Amino acid sequence: MDSLLHETSKMINIIDYEMGNLRSVEKAFESLGFAARVSADPADIASADKLVLPGVGAFADCIANLKKGGFVAPLLAHVESGKPLLGICVGMQMLFDESEEFGRHRGLGLIPGRVVRFPSGMVENGERLKVPHMGWNNLLLKKPSPLFTGVENESFVYFVHSYYCRAANDDDVAAGCRYGEIEFCASILHDNIMATQFHPEKSQAVGLKIFKNFGEL
Amino acid sequence: MLTKRIIPCLDVKDGRVVKGVRFVGLRDAGDPVEAAEAYDAQGADELTFLDITASSDNRDTIVDVVRRTAERVFMPLTVGGGIRTCDDVRRMLNAGADKVSINTAAVFNPEFVREAAKRFGSQCIVVAIDARRVEGSDPRRWEVYTHGGRKSTGIDVIAWARKMEACGSGEILLTSMDCDGTKDGYDIELTRAVSDAVEIPVIASGGVGNLEHIREGLVEGGASAALAASIFHFKEYTIAECKQYLKQHGVPARI
Repeated sequence: MDSLLHETSKMINIIDYEMGNLRSVEKAFESLGFAARVSADPADIASADKLVLPGVGAFADCIANLKKGGFVAPLLAHVESGKPLLGICVGMQMLFDESEEFGRHRGLGLIPGRVVRFPSGMVENGERLKVPHMGWNNLLLKKPSPLFTGVENESFVYFVHSYYCRAANDDDVAAGCRYGEIEFCASILHDNIMATQFHPEKSQAVGLKIFKNFGEL
Repeated sequence: MLTKRIIPCLDVKDGRVVKGVRFVGLRDAGDPVEAAEAYDAQGADELTFLDITASSDNRDTIVDVVRRTAERVFMPLTVGGGIRTCDDVRRMLNAGADKVSINTAAVFNPEFVREAAKRFGSQCIVVAIDARRVEGSDPRRWEVYTHGGRKSTGIDVIAWARKMEACGSGEILLTSMDCDGTKDGYDIELTRAVSDAVEIPVIASGGVGNLEHIREGLVEGGASAALAASIFHFKEYTIAECKQYLKQHGVPARI
């Protein structure tokens, strides 16, 4: 019973708001020995030690589903309480003020800045750059973040996105990444709010190290 | 810098790897999960399962393979073969696939691609195009084929790739049916033509016999990723050797 209580108090709650498959995120945490649960019940957030906000697909659909599911208020309360939050991919983008994906959409406004599209026709070494930015690219560490303890600068992580975050305050950027001429925000650290544009759950050993760091907070 | 991706592809039938994978130290050469783990350890950038199960009775075997793989391997996983409905897509994604590749069903019903991309996001929709040269065409043209390259559709490959991009496909898996199985290299002219025609990434496939072929597909062909099967499965080259070769020749590769 003791161990059960212990597990509950250390629970990593992965918000399931019907945007994509969350199984890999859950399995990655479990493979590291953490207790994690995928939950579609906003009431579960209050009892969680840590919160993960994943997200794939369109920004507007994600934010609409998050609102419809009643997750916004408990999520903001979690952040307010000082407990750790990890946003992944669109889960990071939603933390910003607004996105220009298919019109203008307001985000959660936790991090000042905007989400914009990679311009078409970027060229590097004579070759037109593809959008989405898809595949393995180097992390450029900007400031110490608990997520990157033991992670080397320029480590490869896996990205897939057509839109990127432009933080208003450089101080919020824990890591950048370069695509063509653009250096975009690859990771956020703002008090207890952490986020990655890349997918740690798809980034092999480096990604698991990042999850381990988050789990041990 | 964004690196070019090397993607081993495993043909899976009734839950088993077809012909097996000859790695040293593999307990069961026919177990797709074990092969996936071996490729993960070798540093493959993504992994693709192509389900060639003929009987619909055994369709669930691939779902189980995907589920067990996703529990052990934390890298991008694509599943193709027999994806015909949004329900099929959802089942694969829920089992732990990151992307599905849609081939014949896209030709019969392009709206399926649009619907799947809208519902699940473009990032998980790969449209697979089987292309064959039109004999005597000048300038060169290619035609879309279905049913493993057996049935002609009369559709122009370039126009089709553009249409699939407009429908929301996140990526194109381009296989040359002329080159597939030859080990003479990718159809570079085809790869370059499609890669220049669309903004989304193109994966080159069909014809790899050596590492120089992979370099050609990525550089001369302009592909973002190279898919290969036998040269990796039968240990002619390891993924690491491939990456090393690319790096020595100035191609960005993750090592």
